[in-house]
Amino acid sequence: MTALDRKLWRDLWQLRAQMFAIMLVMACGVATYIMFSSTLDSLQQSRSDYYRDYRFAEAFVSLKRAPQAVAPRLEEIPGVMVAETRVTAWASVDLPGFPETITALITSLPDHGPALLNALYLRQGRSVEPGRDDEVVIDHSFAAAHQLRPGDRIPLIIKGKRRVLTIVGTAMSPEHIYQLRPGAFFPDEQRYAVMWMARTPLGYAYEMKGAFNSVVFRLDGSRSVEDVIDYADDILAPYGGLGAYARADQLSHKFLSEEFKQLDTITRIFPVIFLGVAAFLLNIVVNRLVTTQREQVAVLKAFGYSNAAIALHYIKLVLVVVALAVIVGLAAGVWLGRGLSTIYMGFYRLPYLMFVLRPSLVLNATLFTAAAATLGTLLAVRAAARLRPAEAMRPEPPARYRETLLERLGFKHALAQPTRMIFRHIGHRPFKSTLTVLGIALAGAITTTGLFQGDTVGYMMDIQYNVASREDMSLTFTEPSSRRALHELSSLPGVEYGEVFRNVPVLLRHEHRSYRTSIRGVEVGNQVKRLLDTELRPLPIPVDGVLLTDYLGDLLELRVGDLLTVEVLEGNRRVYQVPVAGLVKEYLGLFAYMDIATLNQLLGEGRAISGAWLAVDATAYGELHQRFKRTPRVASVVERTQDMQNFNRIMEETMLYVAFISTVFSCIIAVGVVYNSARIILTERGRELASLRVLGFTRGEISYILLGELALLTLAALPIGLWLGYALCGYIASTLQNELYRVPLVIDTETYAFSAAVTVAATVISALLVRHKLDKLDLIAVLKTKE
Amino acid sequence: MDTAQHTGPAVFEARGLTKVYQMGEVQVQALRGVDLDLWPGEFVVMLGPSGSGKSTLLNILGGLDVPTAGTVRYQDHDLSVYNDTALTRYRREHVGFVFQFYNLIPSLTARENVALVTEIAEKPMTPEEALRLVGLGDRLDHFPAQLSGGEQQRVAIARAIAKNPAVLLCDEPTGALDVTTGIVVLEAISRINKELGTTTVVITHNSDIAAIADRVIHISDGRVASVEHNARKLDPRELHW
Ligand SMILES: Nc1ncnc2c1ncn2[C@@H]1O[C@H](COP(=O)(O)OP(=O)(O)OP(=O)(O)O)[C@@H](O)[C@H]1O
Ligand SMILES: [Mg+2]
Repeated sequence: MTALDRKLWRDLWQLRAQMFAIMLVMACGVATYIMFSSTLDSLQQSRSDYYRDYRFAEAFVSLKRAPQAVAPRLEEIPGVMVAETRVTAWASVDLPGFPETITALITSLPDHGPALLNALYLRQGRSVEPGRDDEVVIDHSFAAAHQLRPGDRIPLIIKGKRRVLTIVGTAMSPEHIYQLRPGAFFPDEQRYAVMWMARTPLGYAYEMKGAFNSVVFRLDGSRSVEDVIDYADDILAPYGGLGAYARADQLSHKFLSEEFKQLDTITRIFPVIFLGVAAFLLNIVVNRLVTTQREQVAVLKAFGYSNAAIALHYIKLVLVVVALAVIVGLAAGVWLGRGLSTIYMGFYRLPYLMFVLRPSLVLNATLFTAAAATLGTLLAVRAAARLRPAEAMRPEPPARYRETLLERLGFKHALAQPTRMIFRHIGHRPFKSTLTVLGIALAGAITTTGLFQGDTVGYMMDIQYNVASREDMSLTFTEPSSRRALHELSSLPGVEYGEVFRNVPVLLRHEHRSYRTSIRGVEVGNQVKRLLDTELRPLPIPVDGVLLTDYLGDLLELRVGDLLTVEVLEGNRRVYQVPVAGLVKEYLGLFAYMDIATLNQLLGEGRAISGAWLAVDATAYGELHQRFKRTPRVASVVERTQDMQNFNRIMEETMLYVAFISTVFSCIIAVGVVYNSARIILTERGRELASLRVLGFTRGEISYILLGELALLTLAALPIGLWLGYALCGYIASTLQNELYRVPLVIDTETYAFSAAVTVAATVISALLVRHKLDKLDLIAVLKTKE
Repeated sequence: MDTAQHTGPAVFEARGLTKVYQMGEVQVQALRGVDLDLWPGEFVVMLGPSGSGKSTLLNILGGLDVPTAGTVRYQDHDLSVYNDTALTRYRREHVGFVFQFYNLIPSLTARENVALVTEIAEKPMTPEEALRLVGLGDRLDHFPAQLSGGEQQRVAIARAIAKNPAVLLCDEPTGALDVTTGIVVLEAISRINKELGTTTVVITHNSDIAAIADRVIHISDGRVASVEHNARKLDPRELHW
């Protein structure tokens, strides 16, 4: 080993505490990057394998009812490889001991052989036997939620008739990775069950004998999916076709894709913030380190070491730290990534997870960290090497301190000598002091990003469920019903108030932009379901025109007063031009709203409704559920409080996991940064402080000088950190805007308080550690060698 | 200046050397036009009051600094026009230094501090050999912080002579040493000078030491004030102060 390399290891060892702190900071950056990226890769890989292996369809259509004789025509559509007709049925499950309504969606399996498309992944038991009318395969998560096993009996109510079937297997399907029952925003594995029955018996039970109401397609690639969709719509229009759609619009796929997109965004933000901060800190620290070794650089130069050789020396030093950081970060990232993937798997019904760690991720993380570290080092070395050795080797001239502004303003005598030293030292190096402040502020800022997620979600929930949707129960019918249904509902015991709505699947168009969603017809004078304007004030339903979720307005590039093209996807399938009457603030989903009477008129139908929002007496829930279970028309019943709970559960599992990790990491970073800043101040002032000790200052007094400076810098960093935190959260919120949800920028006071507390705690911990060093300050050595 | 007794070209040839340091608004004129020739194998002692510009001149000769004006030539190298890379190579290939403030690397032992230089030199002695020459053969593995000021200075001298340089420039090499050790150190320096024909410049405040030189150059206020030849050059062992 050359003498220079020896110096490298000794320096590393001597600076081990600082280097360890920097290593941790960088490792946090690497770990977040690996965690998010590998989770995303794993989920994507698992989904695409699942789609491939279980033959997920490429186009879908639902219809009212078509005779099986139509099927060959669908198969002949150019571009179609397979067209599989099915029966899908709404039912409810009447589990003993579970009072609430459980919505079931039963899909038929071919009478002979397995499904051609959307094959089942059997988890337990077997599939149904052809023609058996008493066998059912149920969704695995639902089975697990209710501890149902093959062999158990399950009572179902199909078309009002109760029948008890035998569970023969539990399964999963690529069609139902993300499961949402009508009227809910969040998955609920207890109250929503996807099931499969043999085609013929289901046809009998659901009054679909010799007919089908759902088709799934696989394409051969010779035609575009749009062409196939147009063809299918033409064929199925007479049979109440509800508009064919591609994978991109399939509910489960769409939700998953949006979530992946979101994860992708997060993958870009958090690691970049963490790695960026880590790189910034590394730069400061390396810069200071090289600066403190200015003389050593000069000596090396004096003896003929080239600038390149010296730069390489420091780069090696930094790369050792980078290498350690990558190893630690990689290990932590993989571990956390597995954890996060498992959590996601829990509520995406994926049968298996292929954990993927792309080598390019490791390479990226290594290159980014190494590049950031090397760049910082090069800049510092360049500055040190630019000095002529003769100059660099002279003992630094006594610094030209000045009286600070405070002193010049006449406070001079109000400040004790040590206090004046603190101020002068900070004022003497305004740039360095600013960098230190900025470093501490950044560390504080990132501690807000974790908790912010919880704050904003809490706020969204509050607006969504306490201000906008205030119904106790939301009922969705299997098909449009007469308005008379409301009177029946209202007369039920316990129902205090009811409001109806009409949901019509539509394609909204404006110029070249389009979006598939539903128009909701809402009653004028609505009380429970309220629409809010952008200031979150209730907005009355206009008699003419539609209200759009504000984000949907942006998506379609529509402003109030513009004409929106509405393509109705059911019934007469007509196309209308409707003016945009206003924009609605909504954090979840994208919808259009109209006066229900106007909507009925537009559709040329009577006073049809799709469901109702009810205010219900708290004691009447159980009885109402019993009744709804037996009402064939009711497809699903969602209790508002349950939906909130489901949401909270999902948030706790995913977002809070992420929030927790980012909070832990940001605390590590905060301590790392502040500790390093403290150590740097100690390095810079060690000699001076030792001299003071020699002159008779006590330990307490010199601690005051050093730690006072640290305290002052931290104090200055606090407000900046809070402001930076606000900006950072604002940036994160601005990227969390998608079709599923829009995250508002809401930061609770507690979060700011937490951030400030972490910064202060980091300062106190660092102060204690440095204080320990100060107590051990070797007076003789400091005075004897000239650093 | 008397150059009559020398034949052949000078090793160093300085003409009109000026050095101005800019200290904020203040200009410090460290050298005010120095003309100087140094001859091959010559042992020169430089004397002068504190702040007179001795270190500045030595640093320019050693390629550690560049003059503000004037030229300085070493053999066929024009140091005054050299860039950083060329100066680095010049130092690496030709010069051995002893700095006024030792400037040892604190994280390296005595042996390693010397090795730092021998590792990049062409035909060096071993670090152990060099340290033995300055009487530190038994302190090889001590760190600078574990050495006295004088011992550190001797390590610095070992480091300078270890590479068997063509030019040896020493800034107060005996400043922190007692008579006996000072003599040991001067002996080492003078041996290098004698045996290898190394052109040697030693700055000192101690005019007694001037007796071991071929020539004594007096610097004052940034100029060469006078030059004297020693008719009889003493061996360091004959010194006492
Ligand atoms: N880097 C520098 N910046 C500013 N002034 C300098 C610098 N180096 C030297 N000087 C000034 O130049 C003058 C000559 O300095 P130099 O170090 O050459 O003196 P010296 O003769 O070696 O003195 P000493 O015997 O005290 O070492 C002094 O006034 C000194 O303050
Ligand atoms: Mg000097």
